[in-house]
Amino acid sequence: MSAPAPSMFTPAAKAMAEKLGLKMGRANLEEFAATLEELAKANPNIIAVTSDSRGSGKLAPFGKNLPKQLVEVGIAEQNLVGITAGLAACGKKSFGVSPGCFLTARSLEQIKNDICYSDVPAVLIGISSGTSYGALGTTHHSLHDLAVLRAINNITVIVPADNFETREAICFAAKATKPVFVRFGKAAMFNLHKPEIKFAVGKAIQLRDGNDVAFIATGETVIHALLAAGQLAERGLNCRVISMHSVKPLDTETILKAGRECNAVVTVEEHMVNGGLGEACAAVLLQNGMSKPFRIVGIPDEETVPGAQADIFRHYGISMEGLSETATKLLK
Amino acid sequence: MRRKFDMGKIVLSDRDLALKSVHLRKKTLEAIYDAGAGHTGGGLSCLDILNVLYNRILNVSPETFGSATRDRYVQSKGHSVEALYAVLADRGFFPEADLKTICHYQSHMVGHPTRHISGIEMNTGALGHGLPICIGMALAGKMDSASYRVFTLLGDGELAEGSNWEAALAAAHYKLDNLTAIIDHNTLQISGHTRDVMSNEPLDEKWRAFGWAVKVVNGHDYAALTEALSQPAEIGKPTCIIANTTKGKGVSFMENVAKWHHGVPSDAELKQALSELDAAAAKLKEAA
Repeated sequence: MSAPAPSMFTPAAKAMAEKLGLKMGRANLEEFAATLEELAKANPNIIAVTSDSRGSGKLAPFGKNLPKQLVEVGIAEQNLVGITAGLAACGKKSFGVSPGCFLTARSLEQIKNDICYSDVPAVLIGISSGTSYGALGTTHHSLHDLAVLRAINNITVIVPADNFETREAICFAAKATKPVFVRFGKAAMFNLHKPEIKFAVGKAIQLRDGNDVAFIATGETVIHALLAAGQLAERGLNCRVISMHSVKPLDTETILKAGRECNAVVTVEEHMVNGGLGEACAAVLLQNGMSKPFRIVGIPDEETVPGAQADIFRHYGISMEGLSETATKLLK
Repeated sequence: MRRKFDMGKIVLSDRDLALKSVHLRKKTLEAIYDAGAGHTGGGLSCLDILNVLYNRILNVSPETFGSATRDRYVQSKGHSVEALYAVLADRGFFPEADLKTICHYQSHMVGHPTRHISGIEMNTGALGHGLPICIGMALAGKMDSASYRVFTLLGDGELAEGSNWEAALAAAHYKLDNLTAIIDHNTLQISGHTRDVMSNEPLDEKWRAFGWAVKVVNGHDYAALTEALSQPAEIGKPTCIIANTTKGKGVSFMENVAKWHHGVPSDAELKQALSELDAAAAKLKEAA
């Protein structure tokens, strides 16, 4: 019998999640697949394009139930993006679905030219992004995707933190008239939001208020920031937690408000520290004359430590305990 | 699927097209001269193909360019944009005077096709992109039971880009007989002969092996091009037309010379080239 995958959460982190009343949802990947199928049943113009990735993308039921709305291109990511662009140019709402590591590296030129520069309303879905493939190694990690897409004009970049944000992102993408990229992982996610919360692209969601430290996090790291804020509250520190689901366009207003009102800022991302959310936030603060104690928590510019996603997160301090320590040190 | 092209509907005779090609070659050279940059040899090699496409084959005009049922043409070898712009201007997609703005500050007529220009379907210029895009367009047409056809033009040097072969597999897999890929087979690329840079022959056998219906034609023969382009070569298969062309066609000192891939003519060279083309036009008129 194989060893169980290491848990993303320590017993203390699980206890904090319970204390905060957080309930475990399903993987954002599963939420995406269910949402897309639901939308596609109502809109025959929605086409999923896969590169032998329908299984990885949880789209096997989509393919079975809506076979005329799924285009399989085989293991050919450049072709996947080009075909997705051509479908979009002819009136289809095409979703190119492929592991984020291949989608945004091998076919980056197709994203840049065929979709963004040609300005077609195509959607690209980076599945199993970041370090989701964990021990499969660097070939299967996408720790560059936010940086490269931030540097390409005309694409919205969304990194949802939980099932709610994922569903909203996919619904937005299905109606968008411009290119959209959404990336997420395959691990089950805690539900973070209250039912009354509204989602708007380009507008971050504040999950918790506080002025000692602002955690500005994106995607599947947001939960760890929220748990850290819970832990730090027990130590007398009030921390703000912001889910920056839209990496592009960036909610500069919320970043500046955090910079004005909080004593320190910690950004958190499942991405290399070069060119991702942290550097984007730093630029916003500095260009507006704000200098606060500031740390970017992410994957450093080194060969990523071998291990499962949970090992990698823990190793680089993307955990309740790690973020609590970073914030505490920053305030000293 | 649109029926076989009705030869009775031909408005321009082969001689008319030949005269038009002379005019378009002049416009192409003048545009490159004015821009101080451009792709001369490949523009001249594919010009007759473009002339036939836009004047005999494509169901598209400035008035119908927004129509969902128009035929689509994507120039994968986007660097030969000056020839394409000359043809589009001649067809009335934009004023001929716009050709004077190619590569100018704040002109959208940059050195590769962009959708800012009327008549351009997709932004191309990086090689190996046109065929995958056209597969998406052809698939959309099949899904909608639309009658439009999709065409792309590839350079023979461009075929070294692997994405073309990903696409070649997919087009045959999906039996896209509404898709035609034309290869501008001029056998030269920027560094020299394609056979020396990266051999790709036998092209016809390669495309057949990938499941395409293949036709080999003289890429400067209007009747042969018309016949090959007027309908899919075989129901249930995408069509590949290998158009044997001459790089730099129509100007003696540019023909089959690799350095004219993106050579810009000097004053004297432009004068000589235009003079040769005027002589060709006069000869055509005399023969009438």
